[in-house]
Amino acid sequence: MFLNKQVFSSRAIRPFLTIALCAAALLINCGKKNAKTAEKEKTTIQVKGSDTMVNVAQAWAEEYAAVAPDVEVEVSGGGSGVGIAALERGVIDIANASRNMKPEEFELAKKNTGKAPKEFVVGFDAMAVYIHKDNPLEEITVDQLKQIFAEGGTITKWSQLGVKIPDASNDDIVRISRQSSSGTYEFFREHVLGNKDFKLGSRDMNGSKEVVELVGSTRTAIGYSGMGYATESIKMLKIKTVAGSFAPTVENTVNKSYPLARSLLIYTLGEPEGAVKRYIDWIMSSAGQQILQDNGYVPLTAAAIVN
Amino acid sequence: MTTTATNNSLKPVQPQSGKKPSRPLWAIIGERALEALIRFCGISAIIFVLAIFIFVFKEAMPILFSGHFNIGEFLFSTKWYPTSMSNVRYGTFALTVGSLTVTALAMAIAVPFGLGAAIYISEFCGPRQKETLKVVIELLAAIPSVVWGFIGLTVISKFITAITGTPVGVNLLNGSIILGLMSVPIIVSIGEDALKAVPDSFREAGTAMGTTKWQLITRVLLPAAKNGLLAAVLLGVGRAVGETMAVLMATGHSVRIPHGIFDSVRTLTANIAAELGEAAAGSDHYRVLFLTGILLFAITFAVNLTADFVIRGVKRK
Repeated sequence: MFLNKQVFSSRAIRPFLTIALCAAALLINCGKKNAKTAEKEKTTIQVKGSDTMVNVAQAWAEEYAAVAPDVEVEVSGGGSGVGIAALERGVIDIANASRNMKPEEFELAKKNTGKAPKEFVVGFDAMAVYIHKDNPLEEITVDQLKQIFAEGGTITKWSQLGVKIPDASNDDIVRISRQSSSGTYEFFREHVLGNKDFKLGSRDMNGSKEVVELVGSTRTAIGYSGMGYATESIKMLKIKTVAGSFAPTVENTVNKSYPLARSLLIYTLGEPEGAVKRYIDWIMSSAGQQILQDNGYVPLTAAAIVN
Repeated sequence: MTTTATNNSLKPVQPQSGKKPSRPLWAIIGERALEALIRFCGISAIIFVLAIFIFVFKEAMPILFSGHFNIGEFLFSTKWYPTSMSNVRYGTFALTVGSLTVTALAMAIAVPFGLGAAIYISEFCGPRQKETLKVVIELLAAIPSVVWGFIGLTVISKFITAITGTPVGVNLLNGSIILGLMSVPIIVSIGEDALKAVPDSFREAGTAMGTTKWQLITRVLLPAAKNGLLAAVLLGVGRAVGETMAVLMATGHSVRIPHGIFDSVRTLTANIAAELGEAAAGSDHYRVLFLTGILLFAITFAVNLTADFVIRGVKRK
């Protein structure tokens, strides 16, 4: 644009120019080719969100590559809040969430993208409360959990719950929580703390797996996460209600007797079409639901049978 | 950008090129273009710093003047509840204290190690050992911060729980050890350069006066290289304050004022990294996170400025 004639004709600069032009031409060509081949061969579905669901979403994506080789599903985690925020901006196709979208998030997505988000229930999960496997505690009430985790709660020591942890250096309860982008965090806040705030000073982990690992290596810890993340080194507490004590099992989740059962959701912008619709249909099919079950969650079919 | 510069610098050149036929036109143009490019590189640092500051400030501004924001609470309250349903509070005091304590403890670990290593490399070891050490230390600087964080999370935390019996291994001490190790290479390389810059005549004079090696280092070399060593330490501090990924993984990410080195903390940087992803663009939470960025900016700026004054004070003496 700004090139002067003299610059153009000068001997020293000409070779550079030629190289630059060639490079530019090459780049443009490459770009075109890639775009074309991508259009012909691969459709990419961008999935982002819930950390609770990231393992199962990845398993779905891998299996789906065999079902529909022309579709590539890219999955990333970060938390339900991160997925929903990305959906509001319209940069992804599917948002995974372990909590419902809030009305204001719904409105924001509609305002930004012009499409109303659509919700699909793809399975169920029981949010389990974890402790170290050597902790003698077996059951806990929702109110006790609230006293442990909520701002102003009075329970800070295991002795207040009537247990003594073997080989522990002190009695303080180490609270393991999730960071605020997590859907599990919001679910816990809504259903256990009654929308009150968390006590500050909990260790806020990045992912469900980290919660489980830290609880597994800390004798005095208590944490919460999806039931699919259970390991050998932790114990899932039964939740005590007026109706009895319920472990986070498939049956108790399906018949809703476990008080912290929840739906696993995916959101799309508007009615899904084409590849995204086929993908969601496949997730709901028996093949997709089997993968969900293999990852430790409760499939839709189990609920259908009981109901 | 550079083509524009070429074009602009071209016009005044033309009459000149008529007077000096001995130099071909392209050489003059080339020289001018290079000159402009180098000048641009020279001032680019200022441009980038200004651009970043303006951007961050622009994003944070609206909250400052929104009327429902209390700057005193922001700076001095320990209550950080950005997503609360009932009562949103943005208090960063615990985060600031977290950043400062982690940095201070990291420096307590890194400065003796770093300066000691710099003195050893510069004054004591032979040429072959010197080369090996320098290469290895540079290698230490090349380890990505996420790998450091990983080491903190998996290895150091186990050591800390095993040795001290504290319940949780991801804590202030863990983060400081990691940050200290990360800052050591910077302190060593710059500190060593500073010591190397002390003229050999100083050493010769000292030796001629009959000093021991220890006296030579403490009485002659360290005072002579004071400015450079201070710069080395401050760059280490800068690295430690700004580090994000490693502290996010190693400190336990817990909002609280630490009462001991085994308490978990959360730093300003880790907090931004963890929460910016979910904060809706333009929301209060988003703007407050940018304001946290300005706070970080201010802290490092204050550190650098004090250092500048200290160095000047030293010079005047």
